[in-house]
Amino acid sequence: MSGTQTTYNDKVVRQFAVMTVIWGIVGMLVGVIIAAQLVWPELNFGPWLHFGRLRPLHTNAVIFAFGGCALFATSYWCVQRTSHTRLWGGPLIPFTFWGWQIIILLAAVTLPLGITTGKEYAELEWPVDILITLVWVAYALVFFGTIAVRKVSHIYVANWFFGAFIIAVALLHIVNSMEMPITLTKSYSMYSGVQDAMIQWWYGHNAVGFFLTAGFLGMMYYFVPKQAGRPVYSYRLSVVHFWALIFTYMWAGPHHLHYTALPDWTQSVGMIFSLILLAPSWGGMINGIMTLSGAWHKLRDDPVLKFLITSLSFYGMSTFEGPMMSIKTVNALSHYTDWTVGHVHSGALGWVAMVSIGSIYYLLPKLFGKTEMYSTKLVTTHFWIATIGTVLYIASMWIAGVMQGLMWRAVNADGTLAYSFVESVKGSYPFWAIRWLGGVLFLTGMLIMAYNMFKTMAGGKTQDMPVVAPAGHHA
Amino acid sequence: MESVYLLIPVSVILVFGIAVAFWWSVRSGQFDDLEGPGFRILMDDDQPKPPVVNGDSNKSEKV
Repeated sequence: MSGTQTTYNDKVVRQFAVMTVIWGIVGMLVGVIIAAQLVWPELNFGPWLHFGRLRPLHTNAVIFAFGGCALFATSYWCVQRTSHTRLWGGPLIPFTFWGWQIIILLAAVTLPLGITTGKEYAELEWPVDILITLVWVAYALVFFGTIAVRKVSHIYVANWFFGAFIIAVALLHIVNSMEMPITLTKSYSMYSGVQDAMIQWWYGHNAVGFFLTAGFLGMMYYFVPKQAGRPVYSYRLSVVHFWALIFTYMWAGPHHLHYTALPDWTQSVGMIFSLILLAPSWGGMINGIMTLSGAWHKLRDDPVLKFLITSLSFYGMSTFEGPMMSIKTVNALSHYTDWTVGHVHSGALGWVAMVSIGSIYYLLPKLFGKTEMYSTKLVTTHFWIATIGTVLYIASMWIAGVMQGLMWRAVNADGTLAYSFVESVKGSYPFWAIRWLGGVLFLTGMLIMAYNMFKTMAGGKTQDMPVVAPAGHHA
Repeated sequence: MESVYLLIPVSVILVFGIAVAFWWSVRSGQFDDLEGPGFRILMDDDQPKPPVVNGDSNKSEKV
């Protein structure tokens, strides 16, 4: 850090990259615990470690702590490299790191204590909401400030995705977190009843769309070409992908409220927008995978590329499954069952986690002055364990979900229900045990990653790299 | 229906915002070259190298 504009700010990238792995382990460990609680209910100890309180801790930890740190690390790396300039923002930069870590710690304390708004993926109470807003505004200033001082006129497509993700999350968070504080730890939503549900799922689905999709697509558009050493299959398609996605995403939320008090037409609008989303999603997926066109052999011995390309396959699968599940007749079977849980984890483990893991493996050696990870073999091991874990998880939830849906709707000749609810719970046990095993495997992979990471860090010199002058001047 | 009175205006304003961003990006030549940018990120060598390209190449002029 010479104080001049000659090196990239890699310190913050280093901090976020390491914390990605740490929070990944924590969040997935909580996931494994709650999966075990479903199989062995005796594991629910007291109110603090009860399933109902640990479940939001799991979702917040994996989405905002693990996924969030991965997005900060990769966006800060990408925006500096593609803008050929040092990160702009001075003290705002460390503020985004420490602020985000404090938010995570506050979540880890308040959620087990039962301090919650009760809104899914937005459980944190109002003081934390305000802190999130401050950190997010600082993040936006740093990111767009860096874009503003870029040394090339073109803004690389990954930055468009990261930028849209930052703006959309700010908007979603502010609108959904409108609440009236009663005490320091309790507030009531400004909206009520079905209005609240509509706002909540407008937030909830767009959080999936912009936090868990647009942000990670930015990651994909930078790290897949870099790791493959080839330009993205079609840059033109990537630009079309971006504009198509952001113009059509915002109205898919009502599909979370099929067959509820929400007006029927609103549900149908949500369903139609969800179906439309298949097109840009698959455009992006094909664009990412076809980047390897003519160089498929690279997949054979590069485990980082395996992670990235497999993540795109899961992205394609879950973005096909999602629109199908939003069709009302399909949803009548799948809603409230474990099929939804399987679908979410197809995206969360298969897409979000794998693309993050691949990108972090790309970054770690470069951040710590090494040419490669301590052990490439362990990266390969991690890849296979994670893939098997994901497949076990998804397949068991599919079977359990369809079984539950069929049992709940089965009626006898006289119109009475054929099964009681608890019979569907009993039938689900074997699949919940398989799901738990899948989670254990995925967590084991993260532990291997952490070992590999610390071994890579050991003895490394953490010197910031000089800013590279723009290559390929063109008239 | 109240939530719709909030969400629809938000969406409409957002779409206008996106349209302005799109209009700006087309007008300012962001998409004049739809091949080169894909290759250019590969030329930015990430491996630590001796700083030969610094000096006064840090001029604010955009190329």
